[in-house]
Amino acid sequence: MNISSLSKIAIKALGNNKMRCFLTMLGVIIGVGAVIAMLAIGQGSKNSIKAQISEMGSNMIMIMPGAERRGGVRQSSDDMQTLKPADYDAIVNQATTIANITPMVSSSGQWVNGNNNYPSQAQGVNTQFLDIRQRKVSEGEMFTEADVKSAAKVCVLGKTLVDNLFPDGTDPLGKVVRFGSIPLTVIGVLDEKGYNTMGQDQDDLALVPYTTVMKRMLAVDYIQGLQASAIDENKTEETINEITEILRANHKLRPEQEDNFTIRSMQELAEMISSTSSMMTVLLAAVAGISLLVGGIGIMNIMIVSVTERTREIGLRMSIGATGRDIMTQFLIEAIIISVTGGVLGIILGGLATWLIKIFANWPVQIDPSSVVLSFAVCTVIGVIFGFYPAAKASNLDPIEAIRYE
Amino acid sequence: MAKEIIKIENLKRYFKVGDETVKALRGVSFSIYEGEFVTIMGTSGSGKSTLLNTLGCLDTPTSGEYYLDGIAVKGMGKNERARIRNRKIGFIFQNYNLLPKTTALENVELPLLYNSSVSAKERTERAERCLREVGLGERIYHKSNQMSGGQQQRVAIARALVNNPVIILADEATGNLDTRTSFSILTLFQRLHREGKTIIFVTHNPELALYSSRNIMLRDGRIVSDEYNNEIKSAEEVYRNLPVDTEQ
Repeated sequence: MNISSLSKIAIKALGNNKMRCFLTMLGVIIGVGAVIAMLAIGQGSKNSIKAQISEMGSNMIMIMPGAERRGGVRQSSDDMQTLKPADYDAIVNQATTIANITPMVSSSGQWVNGNNNYPSQAQGVNTQFLDIRQRKVSEGEMFTEADVKSAAKVCVLGKTLVDNLFPDGTDPLGKVVRFGSIPLTVIGVLDEKGYNTMGQDQDDLALVPYTTVMKRMLAVDYIQGLQASAIDENKTEETINEITEILRANHKLRPEQEDNFTIRSMQELAEMISSTSSMMTVLLAAVAGISLLVGGIGIMNIMIVSVTERTREIGLRMSIGATGRDIMTQFLIEAIIISVTGGVLGIILGGLATWLIKIFANWPVQIDPSSVVLSFAVCTVIGVIFGFYPAAKASNLDPIEAIRYE
Repeated sequence: MAKEIIKIENLKRYFKVGDETVKALRGVSFSIYEGEFVTIMGTSGSGKSTLLNTLGCLDTPTSGEYYLDGIAVKGMGKNERARIRNRKIGFIFQNYNLLPKTTALENVELPLLYNSSVSAKERTERAERCLREVGLGERIYHKSNQMSGGQQQRVAIARALVNNPVIILADEATGNLDTRTSFSILTLFQRLHREGKTIIFVTHNPELALYSSRNIMLRDGRIVSDEYNNEIKSAEEVYRNLPVDTEQ
């Protein structure tokens, strides 16, 4: 007997029990829907993190003073002063794989303009900061190398600071504001960026020449860190090694001594974050997968009941010439139809759920086509696996007993 | 001489029930020829069900030979027996055994579904023809649960005819029906017999022997009598003389 007539028989048998058939499917529908939605959420958040990081510059490298921090161990203040302007000069002079580099020195305090003030920081950087962070000055100009050399009293403000210091909308360019007690002339305004993934306001930023922060504000001879960008984002590892060597030589560290600085690349950070998010995705998908498994067991359960209930029918079919194989195929097809139909409906449900999450919760979601293919394949396999036992049970019935079964 | 449809020789069938051996058939031999209408009679426990199962290729004998249409059935595997049931035997059961919520046509088509050499078109044509033959030409699309017992049994008979079997095996085919309907079904059997069909009718009702061409009596797994009936009573006459009931 051919598959198409057996399929017809199977569809007919399922049609005779629509309600039960649907309820059995429900397990698979919910399972598949959950898998699709969970993977979409996981994939979406991963993608958005990746996008944010590459926007910040995936070739970015951060150099911090002190040895690598180990959870909870307090570091002495000496450790935090290991990076000096001389290190910066050495890297600028010797490094070959660095596109841009800037010292980072910041001071916290009040920004004041007349009656308006705003607590924030003065971020001491050089002119290359804009390229490293991929920022632009939208109005006015960035300070120059000459301003850095002379520790000029100038600043470039982010949008948040402008809004708070000039609430009446006056043009900030050329105005003098104070940071603490130091008056600074506003020479530029940064482009607006909004909040990043971690919820930081990227516009709450005021750039000042780093020399100004070191000499006029903090009166220190060390820098708090360096930020650089590698020429090639695929060779950040090389760049890190290069900087390590330069700094070790400059600090006159003997081979057995540990680094007294720490270098991190944005790529490392990206991997760290996305591995956390991958783990979450796997966890969510596992929970959803379990519900799919439970759905499969539901199919098996109902198919066993169905075989018992239809013993007489099976006996009849056998006595008029159905082989055990025919019976088995029929019941397997029934199970597969339930699981595959459930799978298709589940994919639709999952898509719908994903769409609702996007609309109402405004989460970044993305349905991965491979997750659709995967859950469809899993459904078919579940149908075969969980349909097999009841089908084998049906095909092993003795027609003589089956036909007289009450 | 007519063609030999069934030939059994010294057929024995023993069952093991716990430590005991139940001897359902203790050596039965007979031949049935084309065009015969044989009733096999016996009380319960006489072995008639076992004999029917064996003749229907549902069961295999412990010993002895069985030839159906010249083919040795003994030694056949499960699948071969399924095939021979499909091609050569038409079953009719006491409780009809129709598929629920399924039309008469689909029920009758069923045996042909398991025969891949019959096309869908031919299947429907043959099923319709058989339904007309049993007088249900008007009820082709009625569902099994919308029909009376007599009608359901007619559908079952049509189903037994649809594969052009060499033998029709009926197991207490009138057992669930009232007298009047029984006789209308019996009339149908007699007509099929006149048309040349070979029929074996297993029953415990001795009255039915009057309407068949030959009667085999079983007791305790052995044949106690095997007689030809030269004066077959017409079931149709009895049917006409019965008072009309609500049933058709």
